[in-house]
Amino acid sequence: MIPEHLSRELQKKISASDHPKEFAVEVMYALQSHYGYLSDEALSEGAALLGLEPLELEELATFYDFIYRDPVGKYVIHVCDSVICWMHGHQTLVDYLCEKLGVSLGGTTEDGLFTLLPVCCIGYCDEAPVVLINGKPYGRLTPEKIDAILEQLKEKQPPLVEDR
Amino acid sequence: MTAYPQIVLNNRKHGETISMADYGRSGGYEALAKTLQDYSPKEVIKIVLDSGLRGQGGAGFPTGRKWSFLAEDAPFPRYLVSNTDEMEPGTFKDRTLVSINPHAVIEGMVIASYAVSAEKGFFFIRPSYDEVERSFQNALDEARRAGFLGRNILGSRHSFQIVPHRSAGRYICGEAKGLVHALEGERPHPNIEGHLTSEGLWGKPTIINNAETLAYVPAILRNGATWFKSLGKHEGAPGNKIYSVSGRVKRPGVFELPSGTSLREILEEHAGGMQPGFEYKTCLPGGASTRFVPKGLHDVGMDFESLKKIGPGHRFGTGAIMVFDRNTCLVGAALNLIKFFSRESCGYCTPCREGLPYIEDLLQRIEEGEGKEDFIPLLKSMSQWMDKAYCAFAPGAVTPVLGLIEDFAEEVHEHISQKKCPFKKSKCSKP
Repeated sequence: MIPEHLSRELQKKISASDHPKEFAVEVMYALQSHYGYLSDEALSEGAALLGLEPLELEELATFYDFIYRDPVGKYVIHVCDSVICWMHGHQTLVDYLCEKLGVSLGGTTEDGLFTLLPVCCIGYCDEAPVVLINGKPYGRLTPEKIDAILEQLKEKQPPLVEDR
Repeated sequence: MTAYPQIVLNNRKHGETISMADYGRSGGYEALAKTLQDYSPKEVIKIVLDSGLRGQGGAGFPTGRKWSFLAEDAPFPRYLVSNTDEMEPGTFKDRTLVSINPHAVIEGMVIASYAVSAEKGFFFIRPSYDEVERSFQNALDEARRAGFLGRNILGSRHSFQIVPHRSAGRYICGEAKGLVHALEGERPHPNIEGHLTSEGLWGKPTIINNAETLAYVPAILRNGATWFKSLGKHEGAPGNKIYSVSGRVKRPGVFELPSGTSLREILEEHAGGMQPGFEYKTCLPGGASTRFVPKGLHDVGMDFESLKKIGPGHRFGTGAIMVFDRNTCLVGAALNLIKFFSRESCGYCTPCREGLPYIEDLLQRIEEGEGKEDFIPLLKSMSQWMDKAYCAFAPGAVTPVLGLIEDFAEEVHEHISQKKCPFKKSKCSKP
């Protein structure tokens, strides 16, 4: 169950609107951030808040890249695989990340810390090759830089300052 | 380097957002005050029409004309949307624009809302731009506090509010009709019949403009249509344009230049030329759904009209110039692009859902050295079927494929005759 205050907050927004469904994505984000991913329970709760059938919300949830219907790690690493990153050695980057984390694309590390997912162009082509980790872009990646980023995240240090 | 007057990226400080105070010091929100005081909505539309401003999201449709489609007696409420989805590969101009100058977009939205009598606006942004969204949100708060948004703006009878919407990420959401469904909380298939200007969001009149397009509007109202028009390099290319350059250049990035600046000048002067050891082969002029620029065309103006003149299928798109060097395999590049499109297809209509994976498979086999000469006419005929798709996504998706087999055919033949990718020493890795 989601906490009472979150439920109330979402309910307030939804009931104030002439078009409750317009909050569908916002509700999914909120529930995902509470549960860590959009679990079946979250999907049902979200649908109930919006006055929808779970299936109606499901057809939205499964459409979007940033709604996770399966459990993910604390940090979700989205690796850009579009053309500019491809040109800048995206495959080498993916291979390195897979080896380093001991997972394949789509997998989550055993300690539940990292999930590795592909993503299409995230709009940081001037920084290729890039990944997006929990919404923050990291660019001009090299194996050394990846090591440093992963170490910092593991130690829960403040995020790296990018040398842009 | 040739320096030009900038409209929206002036006052640019490294990595900083222009505050409302700084925006105001360089004439910010003067246009809004002048518009509300001196012009009727009709006059605003006329000025924007006369300025020659065109949609910067890729289609290049005249902005004033789009606004004029909204009938005077159209029902209320009416909606205005800033499309900041920017999911076209290679395109990152709106990211830079909004993170540097969010107030230009806000002021543009308020003026546009006055022109079409919209009372509610949405700022639709993609999820990988969280940092940008925060800059925008802060600017929105500043603008609200200063009375540039809300009820009776600057004492006028016009009221307007802006609601940011953070998308959950799919390319098709940037397509205007897909975007309408995305905002409504429907599955974002672009399957709306009729015009959004009469039946858009919740069946009501809706105007959707790209963020960059909206950002030019305040300067046009402040300095006039003639001034804006004269900024461009030639008659058919009015105003400025934000180019985003990526690939094998020394200084990839974003450059606000006169519209119609030549490819040569953009690449050699502004982007610093090719990286050492790399030789130019071609570029995609405006994102993944444009056609490779044929060999030898270095002096082509980068604008809607000049690109169209190269020949059938050539379009300017978003001004996202992606530069490929001589040692980059264009079959591999086209394969990467078509993979992107088959993954991002919304799946609503058959030509797109079924046709793009088929084309991907043919290209994959050619890239892996298993191609045959008769794949080429097959690629061409399959690509032509994409015109039967419901929206512009599928015809756009095959544009680079057609460019590859028509303008760079020798690379395809080499893959087939050598039974391998000639750009890789051994059999290639996955593109």
